[in-house]
Amino acid sequence: MTDMVSVKGLNKVYESAGRRVEAIGDITFSVARGEFACIVGPSGAGKTTLLKCLAGLLTPTAGEVLLDGVPVTGPPPGMAVVFQEYGRSLFPWKTVRQNIDLPLRQKKLPRAERDRLVTDSLGAVGLADAGDAYPWQLSGGMQQRVAIARAVAYEPQVLLMDEPFAAVDAQTRADLEDLVRSLWRSLGITTLFVTHDIDEAVYLGERVLVLSASPTCVLDDVPIGLPAERDQVTSRSTSAFAELRTRVHRGIQDAKAGRRTSGAAA
Amino acid sequence: MNILNFLRRVLYALGLPAALVALWWVTSVNSTSYYFPPLPDVLDQFGRLWLAGRFADDVVPSLVRLLTGFLVSAVIGVALGVALGLTDVLRRGAEPVLEFLRALPPTVLVPVIAIVAGIGDGAKILVIVSGCVWPVLLNTVEGVRAADDVMIDTCRTYGITRGARLRHMVLPAAAPQIAAGLRQALSIGLILMVIGEMFAATNGLGFSIVQFQRTFAIPQMWSGIILLGLIGFALSALFTVVEKRVLGWYLGLRESQKRNG
Repeated sequence: MTDMVSVKGLNKVYESAGRRVEAIGDITFSVARGEFACIVGPSGAGKTTLLKCLAGLLTPTAGEVLLDGVPVTGPPPGMAVVFQEYGRSLFPWKTVRQNIDLPLRQKKLPRAERDRLVTDSLGAVGLADAGDAYPWQLSGGMQQRVAIARAVAYEPQVLLMDEPFAAVDAQTRADLEDLVRSLWRSLGITTLFVTHDIDEAVYLGERVLVLSASPTCVLDDVPIGLPAERDQVTSRSTSAFAELRTRVHRGIQDAKAGRRTSGAAA
Repeated sequence: MNILNFLRRVLYALGLPAALVALWWVTSVNSTSYYFPPLPDVLDQFGRLWLAGRFADDVVPSLVRLLTGFLVSAVIGVALGVALGLTDVLRRGAEPVLEFLRALPPTVLVPVIAIVAGIGDGAKILVIVSGCVWPVLLNTVEGVRAADDVMIDTCRTYGITRGARLRHMVLPAAAPQIAAGLRQALSIGLILMVIGEMFAATNGLGFSIVQFQRTFAIPQMWSGIILLGLIGFALSALFTVVEKRVLGWYLGLRESQKRNG
C-alpha cells in the first residue's frame, strides 16, 4: 500500500503582537491509500489546526504535508472537508441539490454527470427526497448528511472530517457514524476523522492516532483490529473494543497530564 | 376562513389610515383657515392636478429621477462596498474620507452640484445619488466583512474562488444587509428628489409644490404633499414585495432559528 497522506515534521506557530503560541510541536505520520484513520486528542490539542494544515487552509510553520506524494500548498483539488458547523458550511440561500452541485460546477463537470453525482450522493446518505429543500428546513443530523453528500459527490481522494458529529444528539450521532463507516466501506475513500470522542474514534477507525496536548505531537498510534463489519451494540460490547478503548483513554489521560509519550510508543 | 383572514388583514392595513382620513375630513370640512383648507377641496385638487396633465409632466419625471438615482446608488454602493469589504487595506485607507463625505448633508451640496453638473436631470440625479449611496455602501461593506469563516473555508476547500465565490457566497451572504441599506436609500432618495427639484427646476413634484407654496395655492400644495406620502408608501410596499421574493431564504432561515432557539 502506498501513502495517500503523509505528514512530515509538521510544526505550526501562531504569532501575534509579541505572543508566540506553538500549537503543533512536531507531528509525523502517514495514512495509507483507502485507510480510515481517526485522530483523537484532548481539547486544545491543536486538532483543528492540524486538520486545517492537512486541508491546505493553513500554511505550516515547518514541515510538510504530502497528498499522494504532492506537497500541499493550498487547498488541493482531491480533498473534501466536512466541518463540524454544518449550519455555517452549507449555503442557506441554495437548496440541498444546489449546495452539492456547486463544487461540481467549479470542477467543470458536464451537466448530466453532475446530476448523476448529486442524485447518487443524496441517495447514499438517505436523503433522496430532500434535494429541493433548503438546509435550514432540515434537522441538524440531516444537514450534516447533506454536507457529507457534498463531500462524497466531489469524489475526493481524501475525506477530512473535523468533529463532524459534535453538535448532534447521541442517537443521530450513532446513525451518522454508521453512515460514514458504510460509505467508507463502499467507496474506499481515504478518510481522516478528527474527534475528541474516544469511543467514536475506536468504533469508526481502522487506526487511531492519539495527540498530545499543545504543542502537539503524536502520542500513540493504535491499530484497531476490530472486524470490518461493525455494529453499535455488539461491537461496542466486545472485550477487544474495551481494551482498545482503555488504551486510547490512557493516551488521552497522559496527554492531559502533559506527558509526551504513552502506551506502545513509550 | 381564508376570506375571513384576508378581510382581517385588509382591516389591519386600512383601519388606522381610514380613521385618520375621517378625522381630518371631519375636523377640516368646515374650516375657514386659509392654510388648512377643507380636505374635500384638497382631494378635489388632487384629482384635477395629479390624475390629469401633471402626472406625465411632473410625477413621471420625478419618479424617473428617483429610480435612476436609486439604481445608480445601488450599483456604485454595492460595487464599491464589495471592493472595500474584501480588501482591508483599501477599506482602512478610504474610511476617513468616506466618513467625511458621508457626514456632509446632501442638501448643502445642491448648489455646488448645480454649478458642477448644471441644472438638468443629471444634476437632480446626482443630488439623489450623493445621499443614497452611503447607506448602500456602508451596509455592503459590513455585510461583506461579516462573511463566516467556516463558509470561506468551505469555498476554499471546494475550489469556489474569485468570481464564483463572489457570486455564490459573498453577495448572497451580504444580501440581507445590502437590502437594509437599499431600504434606507429609498426613503433618503425620495427626500432628495424633492429637495433637488426645489432649486433651479422646471418640472417635478418638488418644483410643483414649491410653486404652489409661492403662489399661495394652498389646497394644491396639500394635494402634492399627500401624493408624496402615497409615493413613499407605494415604493416601500413594492420594496417589501421584491425583498420577500429575493430574500425568501433569509426569512425562512430566521424563522427556523427562532423555532430552534
